[in-house]
Amino acid sequence: MKPKKARIEKHHIEDFIGRTYMSFCVALLIIIIVSMVYFVASKGISTFIGGDVTVSDFLFGTKWSPEGDTPSFGAFPFIAGSFLVTLLAALIASPLSLCAALFMTEIVPGWGKKLLQPVIELLAGIPSVVYGFIGLSVIVPFLRNTLPGQGIGVAAGALVLAVMILPTITSVAADALASLPQNLKESSFALGATRWQTISRVIIPTTFPAIMTGIVLGMARAFGEALAVQMVIGNAPFIPRSLFESASTLTSVITLGMGNTTMGSAHNNALWSMALVLMLMTFVFVFLVRLLERRNKI
Amino acid sequence: MQFKKTWVMTLALTSVLALSACGNNNGGNNATTNNGGTNAAATNAPTETSSGAELSGSILASGSTALQPLVEQVAEKFMDTNAGVDIQVQGGGSGTGLTQVAEKQVDIGNSDVFAEEKLKDADAEKAAALVDHQVAVVAIAAVTHPDAGVTTLTKQQLVDIFTGKVTNWNEVGGADQKIQIINRPSSSGTRATFESFALGTKTEDVQGSIQEDSSGTVKKMIGETPGAIGYLGLSYLDDSVKTLSYDGVDPSVDNVISGKYPVWAYEHMYTNGEPNETVKAFLDYFLTDEVQTGDVVELGYIPASQMQVSRDVAGTVTTK
Repeated sequence: MKPKKARIEKHHIEDFIGRTYMSFCVALLIIIIVSMVYFVASKGISTFIGGDVTVSDFLFGTKWSPEGDTPSFGAFPFIAGSFLVTLLAALIASPLSLCAALFMTEIVPGWGKKLLQPVIELLAGIPSVVYGFIGLSVIVPFLRNTLPGQGIGVAAGALVLAVMILPTITSVAADALASLPQNLKESSFALGATRWQTISRVIIPTTFPAIMTGIVLGMARAFGEALAVQMVIGNAPFIPRSLFESASTLTSVITLGMGNTTMGSAHNNALWSMALVLMLMTFVFVFLVRLLERRNKI
Repeated sequence: MQFKKTWVMTLALTSVLALSACGNNNGGNNATTNNGGTNAAATNAPTETSSGAELSGSILASGSTALQPLVEQVAEKFMDTNAGVDIQVQGGGSGTGLTQVAEKQVDIGNSDVFAEEKLKDADAEKAAALVDHQVAVVAIAAVTHPDAGVTTLTKQQLVDIFTGKVTNWNEVGGADQKIQIINRPSSSGTRATFESFALGTKTEDVQGSIQEDSSGTVKKMIGETPGAIGYLGLSYLDDSVKTLSYDGVDPSVDNVISGKYPVWAYEHMYTNGEPNETVKAFLDYFLTDEVQTGDVVELGYIPASQMQVSRDVAGTVTTK
């Protein structure tokens, strides 16, 4: 029997075009990502090459005076500030988000979801400059009038960020809760557990990794947010002595300084080094999310 | 096997495409700029004598956000009378403007400070290649929250306040109230001007001080925060803040022009080397009386042409 002659059929061409197009897009994406990482890394490292700044000076130094007569580039106050606002924001937002998600999926799945879902999606769509301005016009004066200090500071930044990351955490948590198999709940109820017992002993423990994923994603957003935080945090390059004192984050220092410094100057390079730190932190967050997803075996 | 081949092929294809795209872009940009130059030269060459020569080409300016509104407004008017010219004005900050004009990415780099102050050390050569065009003057006044209770401060008192030595208004003759510094970031041109000409010294940031990067926010914060002190360009001043005299001199336009009030700086528009015809015409238009006494004053700047004193990079003031 003769082997059948290979014929090029229409679906082969379609397949080929489709695959080529996809591969092209993927390759382009990879090239863009790799070149961005390379760009930030190469600019960020230049601070430490040939200069007098060592990595530990940069990461743990507490004196930031890039334009001083003897410039010093200690970025620790900013790293500390970034972590402080991010953790505080997550602490404020997580319980609220979890309650909102439970409300939408367990308590009142009907109108609760219909009402809350759009509201939360709306929160996610508000531009960060609006958050910043609301923070500056509402939260800062409120804090100034009710608490010690000038209202500006880590507390104001954390409050603004908490509202900003609320939608992220809520929607991830709500998705996780909704995907929980019905029979788990039903067995719990069948055993005589109350709604509170079911939620606290069955639902939350089972969806815990997914909820944590939402929180980490929210923290990643908070860590990278620049504009809104910069408007309310005060931007003094110091580790704050209280939550109501002017402080800085990595992002706020970068946005304040980037436009006013010339490419290649030591100050500018130091800002790129901070961008590198931010990028590495993003990798850590992504890694954490992956780790949590692996544990997530619903 | 086939899959792998496709992959290799597409990857190769992509990189070639990407590379050629980059090449094209650069070529494209250069071509446009060159075209602008040659076009302008070509159209102008035959009509050199006529002042109403048809200009064409595109001008890209970037840099100082403090100068941006003025450049934009003047550019609009210039484009109205010169239909062949396209001017784009971008912000980005003085540092960005100087970097980009030094690397010839833009035709004009707008800056609040002398190029020599930003392009230092290894970059000093770049600064030397730039040609300065001083189009306006901005004066900066110290301002406080209305309840601070002072109307004038001496240089020494300002230094004491901004270095954190004096922390209560009653130490400088004001109310018994804590001083809250509202500063600009250390890279800001406004801060550099205020420090060189009002304080006479660079200051370290003080713990607890607030830094904001736009004059609008600074004004809002000073107006709202009890005991606040900061500094603003004259065009931002109004009743929500208290404007201070400096060593007894009122920061008025007249005092700046006559040189009595020292806290001012030029707004610069830098070109890389001598500008081409189109750019030169635009910069010349900036210095005409129409713009200097019109748009410049209207937007709250002080006309550079009316200044009775001039100042060089080192800060030496000479009477014209």
